[in-house]
Amino acid sequence: MTCFRYILALAIKEFLALLRDKRSRMVIIGPPIAQLLIFGFAATYDLNNVPVVIFDEDRGVAARELVSRIDGSPNFQVVTTISHDSEIAPLIDNKEALLVLHIGQNFSADLMQGRTAPLQAILDGRNSNTAMIAMNYLRTILLDYNRSWLESQGRSGPLVTLQTRTWYNENLQSRWFIIPGIVGLLTLVVTLLVTALSVAREREAGTFDQLLVTPLRPTEILIGKAIPGIVIGLLQATLIIVLMVLFFNIPLRGSIGALYLGIVLFLLSAVGIGLMISAIAATQQQAVLGAFLFLVPSVILSGFATPIANMPQLVQWLTYLNPLRYFLVVVRGVTLEGDGYALLMNQYWPMAIIGVASLAFAGWLFRNRMY
Amino acid sequence: MRLLGMIHKESLQILRDPSSISIAFVLPVVLLFLFGYGVSLDAKLIPVGIVIEQPDTATQSLAGAFERSEFFQPYHFDSIQTAQQMLNERHIDGILWMRSNFSSNLLAGEEAPIGVIINGVDSNQANITQGYIQGTWLAWLSRYAESRGHSLPMPVSLEQRVWFNAALSSRLFLVPGLIAIIMTMIGSLLTALVVAREWERGTMEALMVTPLRIGELLAGKLIPYFALGMTGMLFSVALAVWQFEVPLRGSLWLLMVSSALFMLVALAIGMLISIVAKNQFVAGQLAIIVTFLPAFILSGFLFDINSMPEWVQLITHLVPARYFVAILQTLFLAGDVWPVVLSNMGALLIMLLFFFTLVWRKSHKHLE
Repeated sequence: MTCFRYILALAIKEFLALLRDKRSRMVIIGPPIAQLLIFGFAATYDLNNVPVVIFDEDRGVAARELVSRIDGSPNFQVVTTISHDSEIAPLIDNKEALLVLHIGQNFSADLMQGRTAPLQAILDGRNSNTAMIAMNYLRTILLDYNRSWLESQGRSGPLVTLQTRTWYNENLQSRWFIIPGIVGLLTLVVTLLVTALSVAREREAGTFDQLLVTPLRPTEILIGKAIPGIVIGLLQATLIIVLMVLFFNIPLRGSIGALYLGIVLFLLSAVGIGLMISAIAATQQQAVLGAFLFLVPSVILSGFATPIANMPQLVQWLTYLNPLRYFLVVVRGVTLEGDGYALLMNQYWPMAIIGVASLAFAGWLFRNRMY
Repeated sequence: MRLLGMIHKESLQILRDPSSISIAFVLPVVLLFLFGYGVSLDAKLIPVGIVIEQPDTATQSLAGAFERSEFFQPYHFDSIQTAQQMLNERHIDGILWMRSNFSSNLLAGEEAPIGVIINGVDSNQANITQGYIQGTWLAWLSRYAESRGHSLPMPVSLEQRVWFNAALSSRLFLVPGLIAIIMTMIGSLLTALVVAREWERGTMEALMVTPLRIGELLAGKLIPYFALGMTGMLFSVALAVWQFEVPLRGSLWLLMVSSALFMLVALAIGMLISIVAKNQFVAGQLAIIVTFLPAFILSGFLFDINSMPEWVQLITHLVPARYFVAILQTLFLAGDVWPVVLSNMGALLIMLLFFFTLVWRKSHKHLE
């Protein structure tokens, strides 16, 4: 019973140390919400209003029809038309156009005579992903255009067609993919910093040695230090999830219990790693930089923005050590795919192992790293 | 002389703390290797399930097209239910479904649709997968038409030419952008922490009562970190060019000048954060939230700025990394495009003046 009282007292002291300072309170609550709002709108791979320049040497009806289809798409916006080859390079170089469409002189004539008419697309490849997405949009418009041209000529298109349906994210909005990821990202940032600084702050002030000579056992110190991180992480995750559902209209199709089991296990591993960093660091500066050295690779290797399946095998093995990797599958699984406990089992146990192992190691460091 | 002493003291502080050195050298290497080798937006070997309800020559040749493609890893399933189950459990990313009437429809001259189901959770990958499926389908259509003695009617065909990055390799744009992020970390995060520590320990006040003038104090603080940041930058450029084979088509001196300008802006922001925060926890949080995350998400490094909502685009104008990423991607991949480089450098210069004035005024206030 006394042991609970000790832990409780320590946890309260930790909360006070953290929340006493007005600026500390502010950075825990304000910025994460601002970030969710800004990044939620900013982080999207969907393109709209891609600046397009038309270089139409044909000027026939067929060419005009194609241009109006492109201009009519929300993804593209025709910014200007040019009439000379030499105008292409400066427009692309200066980033005034991402795409230049060159319609050759014989475009309409070729079409009328049933020959294949080439359409040349010149793209700014500086951001290759944007170029590739713009290309895909253009292809879809062309497929449509070809079909309706053949129909208008009384000929049928190819008999074998594709009937595509997408599951879980029916309209392929990248926001639906990114925002659940931000839940994991922001929760990790705050939890990790709160815990990473907790021991280092006391080391730097010299009060950690005092703490070690109190009747508290190292395990109790560990639990007392872990509680604030978990509580703050839980509150923050809840707040972000509420905003995600109410403000960004991301569906929550699966079981909330399964989501919270994931959050608790994820927080356990984040707190464990934070305390480990804190126990190793001698100063607060080292703790923040250490947290950062962990944070950056773990965000990159989590599947937050780029898929894990595209990474080389060696790097993919490395991602198995990353708790965020599992948590992102849980959040996206519960929100978009409607998963329950059973489908997420393979994500739960690795987080639990990482959590227990890192907490145990942090506890060992508390006892054995004294200077 | 006093200034030299101050620089000496700061340099020693950097050299003695392993964490500063690791931020300047270890982190860039880790990041560059992760981004250079680890991260790719170019999908390879997408696992797809193929369901053929009534096998014959047409469906076999279609399945063969997917098996030979370098983009797909096909798995065969007997029923659509099994395939859907596998999609549900995330073993495959897409399904191609040829129903039992596929070939009879084709022979009868009726439309024969292939059912395609794609896991859309990662919409970007889903788009890419869809593009590859379309490409494979079109190539098969024209081969199939040829094998039966006529050609595929194709009114307009697309010829694409991608400038600056013909192979559309995502590494070529991620690695230059990363230099902006690395310099943001050295410039803002490290500086904010170090100076916040001086405030926290009260050594900043101690420095202020020395004969050092405020200008010398700031210069003494900034010069060592400027040197550290520029070294980290040169190191990253060398890695980018030699290790990751990113072409440097612009001139090196222009890269150096614009990097120096960006480094100064990052340092000024780091200073400002430390003055406002006065303790390391707040400084660390602020530096990550105000400089690092925006450099990652709002700079055009990964996400296209033009596609963001109007009000977010306005906010991106306050992110210095936005201008530097544009300069980096242009200098590395396109060359010395003066209008792009100069306008972005101009914006950085304005930010520099603004932040330095703020730092100057804030520092003065505390001397009184």
